[in-house]
Amino acid sequence: MDFFLQQLFNGLAVGGIYALVALGYTMVYGVMKLMNFAHGELFTMGAYLGLTFLGVFAFTELLGPFLGVLVLILLVMGLVALVGVLLERAAYRPLRSSPRLSAIVSALGASIFLQNAIMLVYGARFQVYPHGILPNMPISILGVDIPLLRILLFLVSILMMAGLFFFVQKTRMGTAIRAAAIDQDAARLMGINVDRVIQIVFLIGPALGAAAGVMVGIYYGQINFTMGWVFGLKAFTAAIIGGIGNIPGAMLGGLLLGVLEAMGAAYISTAWKDAIAFAVLILILLVRPRGILGERVADKL
Amino acid sequence: MNQKHVILSILLAFFACFPVLFDNPYWIGVLNDIWLYAILGLSLNWIVGHTGLFNLGHAAYYAVGAYTAAILATRYNVPILWAMPLSGLAAGLFALIVARPIIHLRGDYLAIVTIGVGEIVRIALENDVFGLTGGSNGIFGIPRPEFFDIRIRRPWQFYYLIGGFLLLTIWFFYRLEQSRFGRALNYIKEDDTAAEGSGIPTAYYKLAAFVIGAVWAGMAGTLFAAKMSTISPGSFNFWESVLVFAIVILGGAGSIPGVILGAFLLVGLPEIFRNFADARMLFFGAAMVLMMIFRNKGLLPPLVRKYAGVVRKRGGLA
Repeated sequence: MDFFLQQLFNGLAVGGIYALVALGYTMVYGVMKLMNFAHGELFTMGAYLGLTFLGVFAFTELLGPFLGVLVLILLVMGLVALVGVLLERAAYRPLRSSPRLSAIVSALGASIFLQNAIMLVYGARFQVYPHGILPNMPISILGVDIPLLRILLFLVSILMMAGLFFFVQKTRMGTAIRAAAIDQDAARLMGINVDRVIQIVFLIGPALGAAAGVMVGIYYGQINFTMGWVFGLKAFTAAIIGGIGNIPGAMLGGLLLGVLEAMGAAYISTAWKDAIAFAVLILILLVRPRGILGERVADKL
Repeated sequence: MNQKHVILSILLAFFACFPVLFDNPYWIGVLNDIWLYAILGLSLNWIVGHTGLFNLGHAAYYAVGAYTAAILATRYNVPILWAMPLSGLAAGLFALIVARPIIHLRGDYLAIVTIGVGEIVRIALENDVFGLTGGSNGIFGIPRPEFFDIRIRRPWQFYYLIGGFLLLTIWFFYRLEQSRFGRALNYIKEDDTAAEGSGIPTAYYKLAAFVIGAVWAGMAGTLFAAKMSTISPGSFNFWESVLVFAIVILGGAGSIPGVILGAFLLVGLPEIFRNFADARMLFFGAAMVLMMIFRNKGLLPPLVRKYAGVVRKRGGLA
């Protein structure tokens, strides 16, 4: 039982990260009906920028561990959000009226470009986050010792998701995003500036992805320029599990995938861990392509 | 003979004499790679360019073919060229099983599932599935191919073997393009609802196209195994699929000369600019984005086909 709970908390912590990245996919897909392949690379960029700023500004020494990491994450989120907006301008906006397949190829191209740009700047080798940025003593929950870091990771991702949920449900801009996701043309007729909505989506998604990148760096301790590809693919799987375009669905899908993967690695085989996520993806698309919470079936298959 | 035929004949004659004119194993080796990728590109072109199915996991079928040939050759002493039809068959069978349930998925969904399939295959090979694939080390000691008692081992010998198979590939896909099957696929690509309405069984045709592309990739895999004499899962990763995909898209989806040009550019150019080898994927990525914005049909897009008996009106075919 202890082992099971350990794995459960482990899965929830990783799942929180999947969920944060999945939100970026699902929001972009909701509004633009485009799979943003480059989203995983923005996540990688967050991890690398976090490492750089940690070295340059020494936030954690100036502000203490918790406030320092918070400032670091906010700074990285802001910068990567800017990159996200630029990406949309350069690679997606010119293709708004082109065939969908052109936009997918462009997204793939942007992903390859960004990944290799990161590699050329930082090198192809693994880079290591300094050890012990945050205190990491075990905390006992339900009689199981859980590292504090894991709990923090989970709490921060839940907090961010809650923030996003309220933004989308309660604010004017959030309403506009939901409207544009349902029908862009109708939204435009109602006086919503869809270009602005898309820009906002490309601010929020990459920002959340970047935060996840920094968190992965701190949690796992090492980062690589290809990490965004694996995380991105799994996060996209999470978005599909929950129902693509559906924000609570991405959160649920992320947590679910994290737990599934942790259980699979623990009880089936570690070597096949990555294959489990893809098998789940294929299964979901076969059995229930609209995902768990997805409702809009039309125009999906 | 028109101008086009003259140019084609000159090119053909030039490349036929290349190993005689330039006795340089390095450049012959580069051309061998280009031919191999052209074959792969043409097989993927049938799926992506003609049918409009976004397959981002083509390396999976290439891998199944290469591993089938390698296993047959090393364990059962089957001469590797004899294994070729079998490895094509294995890749095709695998594609049939995998693609059957997913073939109806739309654009980006299909893309993501094929990525998943490609990754599962690579992970399976790395985990030494069925105890046959040799794990992450792969299979080594694959015997050299023999062609009518000639043992093929020098680059120029492979040049003619692979080049010959490329010619066969070009001929095959050219004939297929002209066939009823090829026309049906183009219809499906342009508008599959209308195609279905006109009595074309779209699901069946899509699946058939997918399997044909996979069979051909499997046979290309045999050539790869024979040429390298060592294969490992690393050669069949996602970026391999992306490279072949980029060859098709940048060269010109649906166009045989386009795909061959794509192979020349994407495989040949990096050899010329070796100093920038690290940055080559950066250029690919940027080129894919720019190409989609400014020339989304590729460098050499397919020509609009003319049919005898159809009067061409002003402004093109109706």
